[in-house]
Amino acid sequence: MYQYSDFDRQFVQQRAAQFRDQLERAEAGTLGGDEFKPLRLQNGWYIQRFAPMLRVAVPYGEISSAQLRVLAKIARDYDHKEDHDVSKANAALADVPTLPDRCGHFTTRQNVQYNWIPLHRAADVMDLLASVNMHGIQTSGNCIRNITTDALAGIAVDEVADPRPFAEIMRQWSTLHPEFAFLPRKFKIAITGAREDRAATPWHDVGLRLLRNVDGDLGFQVRVGGGMGRTPIIGTVVREFLPWNQILNYLEAVVRAYNRFGRRDNIYKARIKILVKAEGQAFTDQVEAEYSDIIEKDGAPHTITQAELDRVSAFFVQPELRCDRKSADAKIAHILKAAAEDDVEFSRWLTQNVKPHQNPDLRAVTLSFKRLGSAPGDASAEQLERAADLADRFSAGEARVTHEQNLLLPWVSCDQLPELWREARRLGLAKPNIGLLSDMIACPGGDFCDLANARSLPIAQALLARYQDLDELHDLGEIDLHISGCINSCGHHHSGHIGILGVDKDGQEWYQVTLGGSDGTRLSGEATPGKVIGPSFAANEMTDVIEALLTTYRAERQSGETFVQTVKRVGIDPFKTAANAVRVATARTPVAA
Amino acid sequence: MKPTLQLFKAQTFVADEANTLTLANDADPRDADLNGITTVVLQFPKFADGRAFSQAFLLRRRLGFTGEIRATGDVLIDQLAQMQRSGFSQAVLRDDQDLEHGRKLLAHYPAFYQGDAVDTQPHFAVAA
Repeated sequence: MYQYSDFDRQFVQQRAAQFRDQLERAEAGTLGGDEFKPLRLQNGWYIQRFAPMLRVAVPYGEISSAQLRVLAKIARDYDHKEDHDVSKANAALADVPTLPDRCGHFTTRQNVQYNWIPLHRAADVMDLLASVNMHGIQTSGNCIRNITTDALAGIAVDEVADPRPFAEIMRQWSTLHPEFAFLPRKFKIAITGAREDRAATPWHDVGLRLLRNVDGDLGFQVRVGGGMGRTPIIGTVVREFLPWNQILNYLEAVVRAYNRFGRRDNIYKARIKILVKAEGQAFTDQVEAEYSDIIEKDGAPHTITQAELDRVSAFFVQPELRCDRKSADAKIAHILKAAAEDDVEFSRWLTQNVKPHQNPDLRAVTLSFKRLGSAPGDASAEQLERAADLADRFSAGEARVTHEQNLLLPWVSCDQLPELWREARRLGLAKPNIGLLSDMIACPGGDFCDLANARSLPIAQALLARYQDLDELHDLGEIDLHISGCINSCGHHHSGHIGILGVDKDGQEWYQVTLGGSDGTRLSGEATPGKVIGPSFAANEMTDVIEALLTTYRAERQSGETFVQTVKRVGIDPFKTAANAVRVATARTPVAA
Repeated sequence: MKPTLQLFKAQTFVADEANTLTLANDADPRDADLNGITTVVLQFPKFADGRAFSQAFLLRRRLGFTGEIRATGDVLIDQLAQMQRSGFSQAVLRDDQDLEHGRKLLAHYPAFYQGDAVDTQPHFAVAA
């Protein structure tokens, strides 16, 4: 992991002190609410339905056990529902269900959120975070957000180059950039270094892929203008190959063009995707002209030196870990023999939750945070604490927050897999469902979020409850199910093989279903938004609708075909027919799509 | 960061209009005739409209303009450090702003990561 220098550490502390001053002025009334808002947002503080929400930055998803323990402490000591009045009902969401507290929530952008910390304790929490080099810098607001990457960065077997040193260098470049703190809208960058795109890069404002050109030189393919929201757009490739040391100069050109020309008159048209779409080639020309000025007229000031890349890369050297593979095989065989029930479960866990590694002695293990009774991606204080213990014991003290809202242990010796599995299972984090239907992505939805039109969590819970049978889940195979409570698409419904979008009609919660979306992985095909299968469904129809879709898949699939492959081959019509057949409420009351 | 930005309050600021050019915040400074101009006035219609930061950068860094670059409009103490780093030399603040506190905020961070319009080298290049 990157180790903070004195400069980095002091910077985070100064940021915490700056925020304390802003909060004090806001509380004293000398800093107005409208003026405080972007300042608190750029430190991760939102105001939500019942309480503030804090989004803690986990740069490119890498987190240490010490940091996990501080997150656990914050969950335990500050994330308290009883500090807030939850009787205040949102008119559209009158029913206040059980809202979890004393927990952290892993997000699709590899960050961690809390839902119940009172604003008057915010500065204390920031100090606590700073004690382990954590913060909420630019986790919200109209600025360059946390840079995300592949959770297997630096360990994936299909990797061209490790994206983490570049992600760290870009983190530093984007942190408190003086020119780009008040962009037209938020700006998200994702980077992958692997052949398989596990970071959904085409869906980002800037999507970067590390690759080698014909001469073997390392560089980036640069996409600009991807995004979800109400206008889902796949990013345009503006550069097939940019030398690695030019990335900051190029990003500076892209963001400057956006800052100058992006729309500020309409929040729904303010993202860079709208500018790129409207301007087409003219946008690329503008960026290239600005880039060439940065090189020629400014003297290419942001060129990454080899020394800097080497300095940062040195922090990402793989820990020296070895294991005795022969004894590992024996141990695994022993466990497999142990009990018939465990047998199946352990081997399933090895298949679904354990991934190969660049070091053949090691494995990457995903702890599943998709289980009955908890919101997808929620981790209690106790679980955060225990996950830190697992990271210390089995993974060189390091974990990764994944885009799919789980926690990955990147440095597990293969001979420790049986012990890790037993420990993880004891904690309820060994569900062998990674990549399967129940490994769903969901935003916090209307239970917490002020923007949501409908709740996501009760739908997620109902589906988790319905799909508990592992035989059934494994038979259904790999399916990306993504749920968003509104069109802002935090639950990435556009890219789900099955996408569920909460919509509001006359104060009621409805759900629109899309099929065939893709995040851009090989399994899912070229990145694309899913297609709507018809008018929205009522909440109580949703479990049956999903079941109808899956039954259709089973009936239509050819040998070895995944859900999304079948959807692509046969089209959405048979699925639409099946879903319409289970309408109960909406069959009698037609609703608009 | 060493504070160099001059701070004024709108109410008491007396502008010398001679050789001054005022740019709309969607104007490209590179199209402007800067011949004989000693002060360029840039505007913040709302403090969260960040276009003038890029204009200041282009003036100071790209065009090498050495005169005064003045921030006017919805200018608040929490944006002063950004202004100085983007190339502004003067800030005419909204009347309700506490200039003393603004000076403190301007000096809050000793240094930053990225190169800007004034200190052009990124931290890694300076520290190396």
